[in-house]
Amino acid sequence: MSVKIDERTLREVALTPHEYSVIVERLGREPNEVELGMIGVLWSEHCSYKTSGPLLRRLPSGGPGVLQGPGENAGAVDVGEGWAAVFKIESHNHPSAIEPYQGAATGVGGILRDVIAMGARPVALLDSLRFGPLPDSARHFQGVVAGIGGYGNCIGVPTVGGEVYFDDCYAGNPLVNAMCVGLVRVEHLKRARAEGAGNLLVLVGAATGRDGIHGASFASLELDETSEERRPAVQVGNPFLEKCLLEACMDLVEHEAVIGIQDLGAAGLTSAVAEAAGRAGAGARVDVARVPRREAGMTPYEVMLSESQERMLFVVARGREAEVEAVFETWDLEAAVIGEVTGDGRLEVVDGSAAVARLPVELLTQGAPVRRLEGTPPVAPVAEVPVPEVEDVAAALLRLVGSPNLCSRRPVYRRYDHMVGAATLVAPGGDAALVRIKGTRRALALTTDCNSRYCSLDPYAGAQIAVAEAARNVVATGARPLAVTDCLNFGNPDRPEVFWQLEEAVAGIAQACRAFEVPVVSGNVSLYNESRAGAIFPTPVIGMVGLIEDYDHRLAAGLRQEGDFVLLVGATRNELGGSEYAKVVHGIVAGPPPALDLAREKAVQAFVLAAAEAGLLRSAHDLAEGGLLVALAESCLLGGMGLRGPALKPEDGLRLDAAFFSESQSRFIISAASRAMTDLQTLARRHRVEIQLLGMAGGDEIEFEGQLRVNLGELRRAWESGLDGAPPPAPRAGTSPPSGEEA
Amino acid sequence: MVFPGTWSDRDCGWVVDQVLGEDLRYLWHKDPDLKGCDCVILPGGFSYGDHLRTGAIARFSPIMSSVVDFAEGGGLVWGICNGFQVLCEAGLLPGALIRNDSTEFRCEWTHLVAERDDLPFTHVLERHEVLRIPISHGEGAYFADPTTLSRIEQNGQVVFRYCDERGMVVPAANPNGSVHAIAGITNRRGNVLGMMPHPERCSEEELGGVDGLKLFGSVVHSGLQVLTA
Repeated sequence: MSVKIDERTLREVALTPHEYSVIVERLGREPNEVELGMIGVLWSEHCSYKTSGPLLRRLPSGGPGVLQGPGENAGAVDVGEGWAAVFKIESHNHPSAIEPYQGAATGVGGILRDVIAMGARPVALLDSLRFGPLPDSARHFQGVVAGIGGYGNCIGVPTVGGEVYFDDCYAGNPLVNAMCVGLVRVEHLKRARAEGAGNLLVLVGAATGRDGIHGASFASLELDETSEERRPAVQVGNPFLEKCLLEACMDLVEHEAVIGIQDLGAAGLTSAVAEAAGRAGAGARVDVARVPRREAGMTPYEVMLSESQERMLFVVARGREAEVEAVFETWDLEAAVIGEVTGDGRLEVVDGSAAVARLPVELLTQGAPVRRLEGTPPVAPVAEVPVPEVEDVAAALLRLVGSPNLCSRRPVYRRYDHMVGAATLVAPGGDAALVRIKGTRRALALTTDCNSRYCSLDPYAGAQIAVAEAARNVVATGARPLAVTDCLNFGNPDRPEVFWQLEEAVAGIAQACRAFEVPVVSGNVSLYNESRAGAIFPTPVIGMVGLIEDYDHRLAAGLRQEGDFVLLVGATRNELGGSEYAKVVHGIVAGPPPALDLAREKAVQAFVLAAAEAGLLRSAHDLAEGGLLVALAESCLLGGMGLRGPALKPEDGLRLDAAFFSESQSRFIISAASRAMTDLQTLARRHRVEIQLLGMAGGDEIEFEGQLRVNLGELRRAWESGLDGAPPPAPRAGTSPPSGEEA
Repeated sequence: MVFPGTWSDRDCGWVVDQVLGEDLRYLWHKDPDLKGCDCVILPGGFSYGDHLRTGAIARFSPIMSSVVDFAEGGGLVWGICNGFQVLCEAGLLPGALIRNDSTEFRCEWTHLVAERDDLPFTHVLERHEVLRIPISHGEGAYFADPTTLSRIEQNGQVVFRYCDERGMVVPAANPNGSVHAIAGITNRRGNVLGMMPHPERCSEEELGGVDGLKLFGSVVHSGLQVLTA
């Protein structure tokens, strides 16, 4: 078949000549410009998963509690007493690289709409963030934090957790992954299906403008020196409008006239209509002339591809549109009937009486040729690199707690409203956040986790550890892990070593999720995260939701009571590979990451959960980056009291610095009243888990006799000043909409 | 009261309805009918997206003239966070709320010392009782010109000041740069209260404190007194 189109045009819509020839073959003709643009965005990796799809199918996604697995706007699990938890994580990396404030803000706005489209009221946001080192990356860091606050604070959904990491590999390509969790009565769970020929498509919310055209395609290219020119591909958020949209949607969740709700995100109207029709096996006709616009002179191409924010598509029973429009009017929202569901499986676009595009829905949503890539493992195996021993553990501890990756996150989360909703039982700053389900004694434990340095050293083990640590964070609040949403951030998969990382990481997640019996019910893939400096570390972020049935048994990380016994759960080995200690104190980033034994991890978690449910514990904290001593320092700082103990006896042959800073997995710090000790020891024996007494809570020092003595005030000063390298935010230009950060 | 962009309505409503078991009505900004409420709460949020200025557009809502009439007739009006901003814009309370001196949004626990124990909102408190109540705002620094400030001080209109946990009003305990560390004020008559901190976020033990419930309880109790008088 002859192809009359040049490569430049194809690059503009991010299609390859091969993909173009497939389109021509399937259509039996050449697509016109609008059709080409529509296919281009839907065949982008961001929308089609053409590269990652075959791998993602290896992830476990089903289970008894799963109400909605991958394929809808968000996943949903049963959390009891008639409630469903709806959640998803999504990346907004490239927009945030170019325009940090709006990129992050609209990332939050987009993930909120995914949850709202399921009929759920959003109850929590989390943000997993990664930047280059400070102060050079301060523009990204400050802009993104301000943008998240600006949107979340204004719309009134609490930002309860997340992560912030700094590493050289993110200098040109920061990662902004936003997770939203919502609640809905199970019977009101909505699906985004355009069912029933003749039913109406109602577009509501913001008028459509020229912003964000080609955003999805942009997300599927590497960042380079021309990326700055893509700034117009970044959308601008209006959280006030989204708040009104949210309330209108909540008013309509129980309305019989509403057949389906679909949010408009990447690839705008094209994706929303095609996906909704595709899920129902239906077709749709859209008249672009009926789409309310922000500016005159927009072409059908621009209307179909615009990524203007704060828009939703409702599928409404024909003849009942007035009932639905009345609700929109209450909230002063503009709504328009822009088309209808058809039965012919085609997406037809018209502009008044003029035909614009006519494409099979299935070609748009399922037609992208799957790219089967080959992965190649690195040539050199990961080698052990000796880490020199330090004598002064106190000095090493102070450096670690004051380092950007381990210091207090309070300068970040105090800029987020984390209390609105009056449901936050465990606030940010510890392990998982705990958000109650009002009207019940139940609460959801929420966390995001990934140690990407481990993943760069061993993507399979690193991804498993991300799942295990997320589960450990959930368990540390006394909750049981339920389900996962994942955000796979990787470099360019066309490079065999990157594709290998992706394969390994997905295999690691799959294995760990099977072991913990937590299905992956939603997620997002972000590839091509590269800049001039090269690819980012493989960063498979795990968002996990857990459940505690009676939040009277909840735990937090801080020590609670002077005189309590403080114990280490789990065994410590000489595992300094990839550790913060090796990096911060010795400048070494090498070696294999710590080993993870899934069976041992499960045993340790089962023990902590059983102890929590039996009411034996006063606090629990998971051990992660920085090992025992950093976790202990956190428990002391969060609890406002020190610890006094005898000299720590390292396990056989272990150096003292390794005993303190090794990042061996499957460990917790717990505290308990002295009277609980006998029961705890019995329980530990039954679960075949090691517990070791560290000392007694109290005082204003952390002391291990003859080994370490450090004042809590000194520790706190270091801990709280670790992000001081980020200069305060510069005043922003006055062109942005009002925002929570300003207001 | 619910404006478009209000979000503490459901949190305040939860305390009134679920924690205290009192009668609750949501008032919609387009409807001037106050539905016989004994106390009108203007909750936190970003009414009208804070366009123009915090609270500046909300004061023109149809319901606001009813609220002004209600307040002038001695009805209890309580503005929290954005509601405080709206009451200042509407002229029911003196002064204004400006951007935090840190220039950043702040969500954290604060301590307040109560300087009035004789108001319908505070009469269950001890004089100079220290309360622990969280704030959540970017524009919560109280400001008034020197004449207004000395007038409200002389009249004893300052209800709450930011303080440390022992009740000392010290600069380090002022989270936003409010003049005279003012966190909440009343009108001369004492029936209108505006405050930046969020009592509805600390009215149950599981949320980390119950000092907020003292204020809600105070209002309920004073309502009962009126009914039985």
